Formats: sequence, C-alpha cells, structure tokens
Amino acid sequence: MNTKLKTIAAGTLAIALAACSTNGTAETESASRSQATTDTPFPSTYEPYPGAPTALVGATIYDGVGGRIDNGTVFFSGGKIVSIGGPDTPVPADIAVFDGTGKFVTPGIIDIHSHLGDYPTPSVDAHSDGNEATSPTTPEVWAEHSVWPQDPGFARALANGGVTSLQVLPGSANLMGGRSATLKNVPSRTVQGMKFPGAPYGFKMACGENPKRVYGNRGRMPSTRMGNFAVNRQTWLDAKAYDGKKRDLAKETLKGVLDGEILVHNHCYRADEMALVMDMAKEMGYKVSAFHHAVEAYKIGDLLRENDVCSAIWADWYGFKMEAYDGILENAAYLQREDACVVIHSDDANGIQRLNQEAAKAQAAGARVGIDISDAQVIRWITLNPAKAMGIDAMTGSLEPGKMADVVLWNGNPLSVYSRPEKVWVDGALLFDAMDRKRRPVSDFELGQPGEGDVK
Amino acid sequence: MKRAILLAASAAFAMAAPVAAQNVDIINATVATGDGSEPIQGATVSIRNGRVVYAGPDSGAPARETSNAIDGNGTWVTPGLFATVTNLGLWDVGAVSESNDIRANGSPFSAALDVAPVINPASQHILIHRAAGITRAAVVGSASGSIFAGQGAIIDLGSDADAVTTPRAFQVVELGEGGARLSGGSRTSAQALFRNALLEAGEFERSGTLRSTGSGGTSRQGDDIGIDSRMARMSRDRASDVLLTRFDAAALIPVARGEQPLYVMVERAADIRSALALKKEFPRLDMVLVGASEGWLVASDIAAAGVPVIADGLDDLPQGFDQLASTQSNIGRMVKAGVKVAINAAAMENPRNLNQYAGNLVALTRMPGADGLSWGQAFAAISSVPAEISGMGGKAGVLAPGANGDLVVWDGDPLEVGSTPVRVYIDGIEQPLENHQSRLRDRYRELDESTLPEAYDW
Repeated sequence: MNTKLKTIAAGTLAIALAACSTNGTAETESASRSQATTDTPFPSTYEPYPGAPTALVGATIYDGVGGRIDNGTVFFSGGKIVSIGGPDTPVPADIAVFDGTGKFVTPGIIDIHSHLGDYPTPSVDAHSDGNEATSPTTPEVWAEHSVWPQDPGFARALANGGVTSLQVLPGSANLMGGRSATLKNVPSRTVQGMKFPGAPYGFKMACGENPKRVYGNRGRMPSTRMGNFAVNRQTWLDAKAYDGKKRDLAKETLKGVLDGEILVHNHCYRADEMALVMDMAKEMGYKVSAFHHAVEAYKIGDLLRENDVCSAIWADWYGFKMEAYDGILENAAYLQREDACVVIHSDDANGIQRLNQEAAKAQAAGARVGIDISDAQVIRWITLNPAKAMGIDAMTGSLEPGKMADVVLWNGNPLSVYSRPEKVWVDGALLFDAMDRKRRPVSDFELGQPGEGDVK
Repeated sequence: MKRAILLAASAAFAMAAPVAAQNVDIINATVATGDGSEPIQGATVSIRNGRVVYAGPDSGAPARETSNAIDGNGTWVTPGLFATVTNLGLWDVGAVSESNDIRANGSPFSAALDVAPVINPASQHILIHRAAGITRAAVVGSASGSIFAGQGAIIDLGSDADAVTTPRAFQVVELGEGGARLSGGSRTSAQALFRNALLEAGEFERSGTLRSTGSGGTSRQGDDIGIDSRMARMSRDRASDVLLTRFDAAALIPVARGEQPLYVMVERAADIRSALALKKEFPRLDMVLVGASEGWLVASDIAAAGVPVIADGLDDLPQGFDQLASTQSNIGRMVKAGVKVAINAAAMENPRNLNQYAGNLVALTRMPGADGLSWGQAFAAISSVPAEISGMGGKAGVLAPGANGDLVVWDGDPLEVGSTPVRVYIDGIEQPLENHQSRLRDRYRELDESTLPEAYDW
C-alpha cells in the first residue's frame, strides 16, 4: 500500500482552496439547457456523498481534455476539482494526500452506451426491459422507468472499469426507442438517486437491420431500409405539427429533440445510412449527437467532422451481423485522422469494465498504420468526448477546476492490460477502494449469495 | 502512398505462394515457450523441416541457417495461440442464417453432427484470427436440438485447403441451465437424457458391428483419429422405445468407451459436482468441463477428479442463477488448487481477445483479495494447456523440440492490449496475414477521391 495520510489543522483550508482555484474554471454555458430538461416528473434526487478534501500527488495525470501531466497533482474538495497541475501545485496542509508515484489519474470513465439496469443480470426474461418492441416508434417510453438499480453490473463497472457516469439507452428494435437515462454510477435504492443532476435526456434511434427485421417479420412497416426512413420522416413531420394543447408523451419527446433539449443517439452501422440520417436531421431540424455502433464511420470521417457528430464505437467487434461486416480495428484512428469525434463505448455489461483496454486496442491499431495518437488523447475518447455527446461536458469528463470530482486512481497506465482502478471517487466521495475490501458496493441481489462481497 | 501500399499488399500475397516448410531462425528475441515458464530475453527459436528444434537462450542455439535468420530484436516470439472452444470456419455473418452452420435447430440429429466436413478454411474469421496469432483451434457447433452439440474438430488456421487435423475429436453436452432448456425444461430431464444416451450407445456397441482395433479395445486409427462410429451397422433391431436416432447412438459409442473426450458445459458449483459424479457412474468417461463459472467453489473436487477445465476467463456477473458466484478470480483459484485450466475462447466477443483475457488474469495478481495467474501461467492457458486438452500436448501451443513449427512473432508483449503479430508460421510455413479487414484498412488509409472513387483503390 503506497498511500499516506497527512493530517494537519483544518483552518487553512478555505484560503488554500481560493488560492488553488486559479487554473481556469469549467464552462457553465449549458446550465440553462440543463435546467430546461430537469423539469421532469422524475427528478434526480442524487446528492453527492461526503468526501474528504483529497490530493493525489506524484502521479501521471491524463486530464481528459487531451493533456498529460507527469509528476502531477490533482486536488479536489467539496465534491469539485479545485486544482490540477505539476508538483508545485499548492495543496492545503491538513488533508488526505495519496502518493501517486507510479500510478495514473484520469477523470471518471464514461460509457455513452450501456444497458445496465434495463437489461440487468441475471439475464432472465423477467429482467428484459430494454426494448418496447411493440411499435416501430416509441418516443414515449423512458429508459429510467426500466432501470433496476440493483443490477450488480453497476458495481463491476465502477470497481473494474472506473466508470463514474453512463448513459442507459433503450434497445434498438425500434426506429425511435425512447428516452435514455444519464446516471452517475452511484448505488441507490431508486433510479432517481442515480440520475445525473442537470443532464439532458438522450433520445435513442436505430437505423438499419434491427427495426426492419423486427417489424418486417410481423408483416408491418418498416420491412426495408426505405421503410425505416419513411416512418421516421412522417413521425417527425407529425411531431412538428404538434401544438402541445393536448399532452402527448411521444410528441413531447420529439419536440424536445426538435428544440435541441434532447440529444439524439442514433444506432447506425453503415456509412451510407449515417450520411442519409444526417440529411434527414437537417430536413427535419434536429441534430444527431452521436452515431452508436458506427463500425463504418471510418469511411466518412470527413462528413462526420463537418456535421459535428461523434462516433461511438467498439474497438474490435465485427461480423456478427451483415451491417457489421466491414468493422476494422483502425476505425477510431481513421476518425481521429479526420479530426472527427471518437467515443469508445461498450453496449455490454462485460465490456464496460474494460473501456480503457478497448481504447488502447484502437490506439495501437492506429499506431501500426502510422497514426500516432497520444495516451492523453485516447483517454479523451472515454471521458470528455462521451461527456460532450451526452451534454454533460460542462460538469464532468475532465479534471478541470470547478468540475465534478469524478476521479480514478489507477495502479498503472490505464492503457495497459495490467492496470486496474485502485480508487474511484464520484463527486469527491470515495466509492471504491481496492485496498479496503468493504469499500465496494454489493447490490441487494447479491446479499447472502455465494461470492457476496468477493473481488469479482 | 497508395501505390506503395498496393505493391506491399501484392508482395504479401505473392509470399503466400510457397507451401514448403522453411528452416527459420529468429534470434535475439524475447521468447515465451508456452509451457508455463516466464519469457526469456535474448533468445532464439529455430525451425527445421517444419518442426521446432530449439527455443532458448541465443547462446545455446544450433548452427543458424543464416539465409533465413531473422533479427527478432524488440519482438516477442511465442508458439501460436490455441483457441478452444470456437466456431471458426462455421459461419460468415452471425445474423445471416444461410451463412451460419453453428446451430442446427431443425436437424433430426444431435450427437451425430460432425463439423469436420463443413469447416471452411477460406472463412474470413479464420483469416482474421490467423492474423491475430491463433494457429490452431477446437471447432464445434452449439447444442440446439438436444443436449448434445455434436462432434468437434481440431483445426489449423493455415492458408491451405486442409484445415482439419483431427475430425471427431470431442463431443459436447450441455448439462446446466442450457441443458435443462434443451431437454424439456429441467435439469432432471437433461440428466435422464444423458444416462439414456450412454445406455443406448452401449447397447448399440454390444449388438453392432463396430470393430475395435488394438489390444485395448480402442477404436483409434493410425493417426489417433477416432473411427466414424456412426457408420457401424447393427445386427438386430433396436428396441422400439429408443430416443436417439441410430446415428446419434452410434456417434456416442466413443464417448461411452472413453475414447473421445466429452466436453460438459456447466456453470453452477452443484452442476459441476453432478458432472464429476458421472465419472463415478461411468468411469470410462474422458471428461472436460466447459464454462465452470463457479468452479472455484469446487476447485479441490475438480482437481481430485483430474478433470481439466476450459473456463470463462473474465465472467464476473450473475449472468444466470447458475453463475451467482462468478468472479474474474475463478481461474486463478482453480489453478492454485491444481486444476488444469484453459481460457474459453467462446466466452469473449471473438477468440482473438484470448491474449487480452490472459493479460487481465495477470493484472489480478496485483489486486488485493484477487487471484490471478503469473505471466507464464496465463500464456500457457491460451497455448499449451488448450493444446493438451485438445490432444496435441507437446505438438502445439509450445515451443519445444519436436513441436509443430507454429510460431508467432509479435511487435510487443503478446498479452498486452494492442500487441499484434508481425509474422505467423504454421508447420514452418510463413502465413499470409491479409484478409477483408486488412484490405479495408488499406483502402481507407486516406479519403481521397480526387481522381477516382475509393472502389478503384485495390
């Protein structure tokens, strides 16, 4: 154990805080948008847990923005990042100081595409709550009404993956699958207790094979890709005509998208379809925030950059369906080459525990074709970039003063297979500590079961 | 730039042409032999006539064939990875059913299904996994119409028409939750079906014309390849209440005799105990456990039974009620208890993630309370151990004198994410590493359609 604790008088803390908070402040421009979307019948009740003012010193820091600081210091207090810098960064005297020599610090990892809670484990039919596959367009459903907070997967993502925020999406059976839930990865008795305060809603859409297969097999529209687009466009046109006099849950969501308050996350594999979707969005007056599972994004990195759309991708999944046939390891690197926005996502209760490794695989594939992307930039793929696409980048995703103290201390370079989170803080509260066997969440489901409280 | 890449690609294809085994010396590399030992720096691997003759420190290497000596400085050399259990060569696109031979839901057969004649050596998945350093694999379909999945084959991933090295190498049965579902809704039915199947196979054996060779009543053929027992004839009519087709019953004869390993898919500790108990009831069974997420709870029983395990590497979620105690420490704990464990290639997105999974088990050794594997043990779990379980001990998955000349030259630590093969040899033949993905990689290296569409860049 390399941690050491310094304890000195508390009186100087406030002054020190003021002194340290000069490294710039996080943007707050999206506050108004966030306000608008927190006007919900199911508001977040999440309050950060108490955390001690903490400094991590002597570590290699990847700040999430793309910067790297060797022998760096991160200081957080009151749930917020106070300062970040080199070895001379002032740290108040009487606080917990962890020696990060040989260790690495990153912002909390963010998964933009998860089904934890709406397809929880155990994966029994009674838990299958991710697809309201009874109509090709269900903008009226909200993923938060499906999320089971006792899904043991949340704790695995925290302890093994350093995941502090995630977006739980409806599935992809439908063209319009419903609203997503953006969560802090904190154990809670209720989903409201996990909801990310101030996060905008996302809206799940899906291209391609899934909707046309699910509904085509039932002899109803859509059964083709052209049917997919026709149903989508007519649904948007109907929503544009909505006057709001009689409440309509589906149209309220679509209106929120058209007003820019709800961010579109569009499951879409093929390059040609993504191009069409971006034009459909222009026609109807909305914007796609990110394409998810965009295995062919590398074919249109230029278009994605011009349209300012992120691509949320796996490092190496391919071949499991026709529209995934052209997946290549260089997808992320080729997007980065075009200066398009890259996000590495999981869509998987196991993969979410290793987003850092997936990012490293994509980085190495780039290096082999002469595209060198720095470690610090690669960390951005799983921190600030997903935060941006989820509309929470003003609050988390990087270690900038004023932002939430969502922080991971790794026992080695997170881009190595041999490294694991040693400590994870959410809003400055220590919620996982590999050095303290009790400092890990155990869901209700696991109590009294074989393996309760195991390292997992 | 594109022209240069094009030429390089053509050269790679041209190099694939010679099929004769080469004599190869790779010197000054970091060598991991796959036998569980730690890597050796400054080491040489030598291949003569398609077989390994030396793997060890440079100083002890035999006289070099200098024309083929390769300076391995900065690289790692290992035996080719051995992937078990996989479905390589059985499918093109998962969700395109006509391209997919993994499941045979509508078939009247189960145990009699034999993948050997249908494995496609030109499958992109074989090409892609060869480029990922996997040189040999166990291949079988999934159980779908019955608890028996059928007979699996051992293949090499070489660039030739002859993929199958051992047909009918093992049989697979599901006896856990999956078996319960397939057999009518309860584990009790799976257990009854299994016993009945062995009984019917035994009756078939006694009254059939299946001939055994050798003194021990075995049915081995010259090259350790089991005979196709399905073709046995029967001298009298079978009882009218048999459940298995004649073909299925005959296919299980080598299992009943212990001549063909039986891979038993189970996860729950109680199911593992029940599986091990079958060995008491049917002492000849040559059993291998597959999955075994709760194996750590019964590790000493598995070790005492001498049953090897092909275990899911990183499962740590209660995926079902049969995996409540799953943990990434499962393999480390079983190995500590003396169980022979390979990492299951079926329990990951693609078998090419095997080395990543092995690396994760090494990472666990640094986590308080967790159990992992040393680097050497972890590498063995994806090379020599699966080879031994697959009946290729000493021949594959290991760099030792006499072993097949299967080796991989990596650009870094092969267990580290991002490390990749730069050369792959199978039976001493250097293999092409091109495939659909590498061709897309080359085409889209730049987005330049100023003179012609991308479609002309090939």
